[in-house]
Amino acid sequence: MADGITRVAVPETAAKGEIIEIKALASHPMDNGFMFRDNGTRIPRWIIHRFEVDYNDELIFAADWHVAISANPYISFHTIATESGTINFRWFDDNGDIYTESAKITVV
Amino acid sequence: MLAAPLAPAATFAQGWAAERYQVEDRKSGYLYLGDQTQALQDDDFLNHAFFAVERGAELWSAVDGAAGVSCASCHGDAAESMRGVTARLPRYDSERDGIINLELLINRERERKLKAEPYAYESEDLLALTAFLAFQSRGIPSEVEIGGAAAPFFEKGREHYFPRRGQLDLSCTQCHDERDGMMLRGDRMSQGQTNGFPFYRLSWHSMGSTHRMFAWCNNAMRAEPYAPASEEYLNLELYVAWRGRGLPIEAPAVRR
Repeated sequence: MADGITRVAVPETAAKGEIIEIKALASHPMDNGFMFRDNGTRIPRWIIHRFEVDYNDELIFAADWHVAISANPYISFHTIATESGTINFRWFDDNGDIYTESAKITVV
Repeated sequence: MLAAPLAPAATFAQGWAAERYQVEDRKSGYLYLGDQTQALQDDDFLNHAFFAVERGAELWSAVDGAAGVSCASCHGDAAESMRGVTARLPRYDSERDGIINLELLINRERERKLKAEPYAYESEDLLALTAFLAFQSRGIPSEVEIGGAAAPFFEKGREHYFPRRGQLDLSCTQCHDERDGMMLRGDRMSQGQTNGFPFYRLSWHSMGSTHRMFAWCNNAMRAEPYAPASEEYLNLELYVAWRGRGLPIEAPAVRR
């Protein structure tokens, strides 16, 4: 599995005040720490534990994730298109890696 | 012997276009999925297999090996040059004097044209490239050649399909022809069609090839599996592809 590969969907254009859907998907094994390899050693916990979204540098959505979130976590949420700009996505994983993705939106 | 039948597949599979997933009595595994899993396959954004497809697209145009070329150097745009290729595989190959499939063709081209190391069977890169190539044939009905030189190998594949094997003394046909749509413990058995391969299997959290699935089936019936790319599985792959003749290629599919 290619780790830390992410994909987002944001409408390219939206009317001001329109409710838009934002989708984000990350490729990640989300090992819960309770599984064992064939040789009996434990697979350490390795999950994305936090997900954040900024809309023009203002935090509009965040989620704390725990074990039992499935591999390749997908999330979608709605927000209001207020102004043109950039939407930034951040996934924080247990190894300290931060995966980022950004998308532009034009509000007319 | 096995659990009593529940509703036939068609009644719980919603929103499916019959001609897309069923040809005569041959049904794609899609029809045996629950709504949520179908939705996962239907949306190319959500479909986890598209991580592999994207990776495959990168590999397609990435220069690798001593010859300093990529797949795209010769074949150009895969959407054009590779359209329909997967639908006609596996096929007879005179050089091997046996059946060749997409995985082995890729590796042969890598060795010859790219002068690169072949991918390990079931490696992430090979799965990515096969997913990318199979995706180019999406919607094209599967139609493999079983006559001529392929005939003896097709026969061997057929002969593999019917005998009982393993400690559970089961044959392929007992589950996939006689009991498709019934529950096998928590899972609903399908006809075992291969038009969606390579696929993303939720219970594996990863992509898988037909041969990995064959091996999984063999293990599940407590039979010794054959090696990936073995003649037994290649012949079986041809027979199973013919069994699903006419089913449009669905790759990359999502299955439980």
